[in-house]
Amino acid sequence: MDITINKQMVQKNEKEKDFTPVFKINNLNLWYGQDHALKDIKFDIPEKQVTAIIGPSGCGKSTFIKTLNRMVEMVPIVRMSGEIVYREKNIFDPKYGVEELRTQVGMVFQKPNPFPKSIYENVAYGPRIHGIKNKKVLDEVVEKSLRGAAIWDEVKDRLHENAYGLSGGQQQRLCIARCLAIEPDVILMDEPTSALDPISTLKVEELVQELKKDYSIVIVTHNMQQAARISDRTAFFLNGEVVEYTDTSTLFSNPSDKRTEDYITGRFG
Amino acid sequence: MVSRDKSNQKSIRSMIQENKSSRSQSAVMEKVVPKLFLICAIISIFTTIGIVFTLLTETFTFFNRISIVEFFTNTRWFPFAADKHADFGIIALIMGTLTVTAIAMVVAIPIGLAAAIYLSEYASAKTRKVIKPILEVLAGIPTIVYGFFALTFVTPLLDKIIPGGISIFNALSPGIVVGIMIIPMIASLSEDAMNAVPNSMREGALALGATRFEVAMKVVLPAALSGVIASFVLGISRAIGETMIVTIAGGSRPTADINLTESIQTMTAYIVQVSQGDTGYGTTIYYSIYAVGMTLFVFTLIMNLLAQFISRKFREEY
Amino acid sequence: MALINKESVKKRMGTRLAANGVAKFLFILATLFSLLVLGVLIYRILSEGLPYLSLDFITNFASRMPERAGIWAALLGTIWVMAVTAPVSFILGVGTAIYLEEYAKKNAFTKFVQINISNLAGVPSIVFGLLGLTIFVRLLGLGSSVLAGGLTMSLLILPVIVVASQEAIRTVPREIREASFGMGATKWQTIRRIVFPAALPGILTGTILALSRAVGETAPLLVLGALAYVAFVPENIFSQFTVLPIQLYNWTSRPQEEFHMIAASGIIILLIILLIMNSIAVLIRNKFHKRF
Repeated sequence: MDITINKQMVQKNEKEKDFTPVFKINNLNLWYGQDHALKDIKFDIPEKQVTAIIGPSGCGKSTFIKTLNRMVEMVPIVRMSGEIVYREKNIFDPKYGVEELRTQVGMVFQKPNPFPKSIYENVAYGPRIHGIKNKKVLDEVVEKSLRGAAIWDEVKDRLHENAYGLSGGQQQRLCIARCLAIEPDVILMDEPTSALDPISTLKVEELVQELKKDYSIVIVTHNMQQAARISDRTAFFLNGEVVEYTDTSTLFSNPSDKRTEDYITGRFG
Repeated sequence: MVSRDKSNQKSIRSMIQENKSSRSQSAVMEKVVPKLFLICAIISIFTTIGIVFTLLTETFTFFNRISIVEFFTNTRWFPFAADKHADFGIIALIMGTLTVTAIAMVVAIPIGLAAAIYLSEYASAKTRKVIKPILEVLAGIPTIVYGFFALTFVTPLLDKIIPGGISIFNALSPGIVVGIMIIPMIASLSEDAMNAVPNSMREGALALGATRFEVAMKVVLPAALSGVIASFVLGISRAIGETMIVTIAGGSRPTADINLTESIQTMTAYIVQVSQGDTGYGTTIYYSIYAVGMTLFVFTLIMNLLAQFISRKFREEY
Repeated sequence: MALINKESVKKRMGTRLAANGVAKFLFILATLFSLLVLGVLIYRILSEGLPYLSLDFITNFASRMPERAGIWAALLGTIWVMAVTAPVSFILGVGTAIYLEEYAKKNAFTKFVQINISNLAGVPSIVFGLLGLTIFVRLLGLGSSVLAGGLTMSLLILPVIVVASQEAIRTVPREIREASFGMGATKWQTIRRIVFPAALPGILTGTILALSRAVGETAPLLVLGALAYVAFVPENIFSQFTVLPIQLYNWTSRPQEEFHMIAASGIIILLIILLIMNSIAVLIRNKFHKRF
């Protein structure tokens, strides 16, 4: 019995080496004050695939995704150890600026959070802060990004109206467009559909499928069906640890850990 | 869905990369800007230091000429008398200030508190929506206008009502008008305190058959007492520092006697009187306004700190 | 035997309800008193002041003859002083608020600044006059100029603007700051392009209300030595000046009834200015109310 599991693990480890990793996480630990929120996290995130992070509330999945672009440091009492290597660079290296990292690693948040500006200005914000001022270039970027987020047709006639006039689902796709405008390498999505209705959720899910052609996507979701539908690989988090990490179909059809099985069959969480 | 134009894709990402040079420039901004804002914040501290320093140094000069003992024990204030006959006993000015303040609080506390209770416990949301802006308007009227009102309306009115009449400058009229000026402040601060009392406390008492009045007096008011008292103390501080109403309607005859119908002078009114005259720089009278200002500052500071202490120390935990 | 005597409860209920009724009546009366005073005050000022109100009254200089007196110098003096006060107090106030809300660490110094500001708000305005007299008029040698007056007024209303701006900045939700940081924006970029524009309506409302307080202030400028009788308009920030409230004080403190009448006319103008400023502030507040 023990031997078979070991064999499986070996196979998995071999499988993991198939892809080009965009992130390599090594022995990542994180504390909120005394609270040990992430424990010895160690796995690689593949390029141009969708990696889903699932687990019950409070398991550390949101905290984890926010370490990838160092947004977690906005909480003042956070302490971390270990390393996260993004494209051969340790993101905690003081020489590697946090602004530069976030230019490469974009983020879409739980609640749609457009700026209180026009739709155009929302999308143009990223290029602008990175020094692109040319109006023609900006126009192009805005259109391309809005098309990329599958919202262009809905907003092309009211680009200069306030973004707060959009519906929740449109706002979230606008936030995705805003993220695309600086052409990041990785897009982090922190429960992007938890505040949306089913139809908007579907649109965002379709969009994620489209986007993975060009971007590496990490998505946190509390919705297991969503993870099963859209992701290529899935990591199951529990109490700050990675219980299981493998390709999505294996994890859902043939989980190797009892706790994973309990979770995906709905025994807790 | 979208055919990504390769050349353009390169351009945005590479343009951002190219702009890295401008980032060193913005890195300088990141360091400089917080310092600029810190300077703004420090100016507010310098204002306080400036006030204290100014008052202290000039007051010190004043006490080199007039003994501090005389200043606080003499009950006569006649600075304009010829040198040897001049008296600098601030008690006369303090009495004027306290008289006006006392009258003001007699007016403002019951009316302000009653209005607060009405707004918080009885009035409908609609009524509140009408009355609160009107109170705000009252609070926004400049004191010069209140002073005009005191002199040209309240004083003649009192003259008719009070048997034996009232002199044109007196303590009563500005006292009442200062009180009117403070009503909105006490009403709105007390109402805030009462609004903070959770509804469950009211409902508990109402469910036992208590009347609205009993709820207000026995449940809400005791629960909000610290906030309500703090509003009184702030009102007192405001009354002590009030200048134009007492200058216009109070007169300029400092006295330690309490006589509501006769002319008085407050600390603030004295400072204005000297500023208006042609007192030369460096005279004892010139320095006296700082000594009076210092006394005034200490009075109001104590009141403000007391109000903060009360509302912090006795803050109710609901 | 019942612990509660229902009969006596019933009997007492009558008096308790009566007490409630009387109390409610008194509370309403107290509330109405304020409204009554406001009504009387406005009626008195209109009835005394309206007859003298004319275009000449606005464009004439002060005069020893009430029928020829006007507020032109005072009106322009007020505008000049505000032209100094508005930018200075806005920059200092908003700067302080941004520092306290965005940059300051939660330490003793920050707490000290915050307590200091709330105490400054309680200092009587006339004490600011003494400060201005010593520092600006004498120490910096500005004399009783528009500049000295404007700077003194700036310090007077600074605490109000700081507190209003802090409240406005606090209403900007954390989520949109995160969105900005998440795109690689620096702190200053986020403040300048996101937080400040979003908080601006609240900041403006607070600033206009604070300025309207400064427009009505008399005492500090009197202490500074602003002139009570001025027959010229300021030419630059180093000119001597008077302001509307000082002109009104001057007229009010004269014994002649006619001067009281034109004081009332001047008060009408002053109140109209304040009404306009407050309306603008309320308009901004309502227009941008609850955007987040």
